[in-house]
Amino acid sequence: MPYDPVMVAPMRREMVEMGAKELTTAAEVEKFLSQKGGTTLVFINSVCGCAAGSARPGLRMAFQNEHRPERFATVFAGQDVEAVQKVRSYLPDIPPSSPSAVLFKDGKVVHFVPRHQIEGRDAASVAYNFVTAFDEYCTIGV
Amino acid sequence: MGTFHADKGELHGITVVVETHGPEVYVGRCDEERSDGIVLLDADRHVDGEGGRSNAEYLVRAAKFGVFPNHRMLLVPRAEIASVRRLGDL
Repeated sequence: MPYDPVMVAPMRREMVEMGAKELTTAAEVEKFLSQKGGTTLVFINSVCGCAAGSARPGLRMAFQNEHRPERFATVFAGQDVEAVQKVRSYLPDIPPSSPSAVLFKDGKVVHFVPRHQIEGRDAASVAYNFVTAFDEYCTIGV
Repeated sequence: MGTFHADKGELHGITVVVETHGPEVYVGRCDEERSDGIVLLDADRHVDGEGGRSNAEYLVRAAKFGVFPNHRMLLVPRAEIASVRRLGDL
């Protein structure tokens, strides 16, 4: 059963405030990911206190980096079920995980941050993971 | 950082690798450490050599991407457990 929308609202807002486009339907995901050129980050948000609590601040820190993805979107696990399933359909060989994030470059997956690389880590450590990938794959700042 | 269930042990909610005294290795999200074993959620079990992959090879991929949850919940008996590590530390 999905969490109370009121409870997750601040977690959604946190992502939107950092510039993520919120995708709530499969059609929105498909449209967003149909833009294959350049770099795109999709963050699968979660209520999980063990991981998401440091994932969102980590992403916020990472987006202060000189190099960032050109497009940034988010879906919410356990809330926007069909949107999350649609994102996962682009990752057939990668196990489901939330929170997690995937970086696409020219439509191909180039970096994936699964939940277990976030759990128990502070925001700076999570940010470092993203920044390393941004520096490698994102040559243009937003 | 924290969880809603701090009474379930420090590994609650953390994805762990449970190595056994036998050829099996388990990866899953730790729910609870109990006297009779460790309860894993959304877990996978690999037997050394299964599918042509050693446990070491299996864990390399698991550390990079995670595992497909082939078991919604399972208990690894305490007597079988050789070690418990965080997957994120591999």
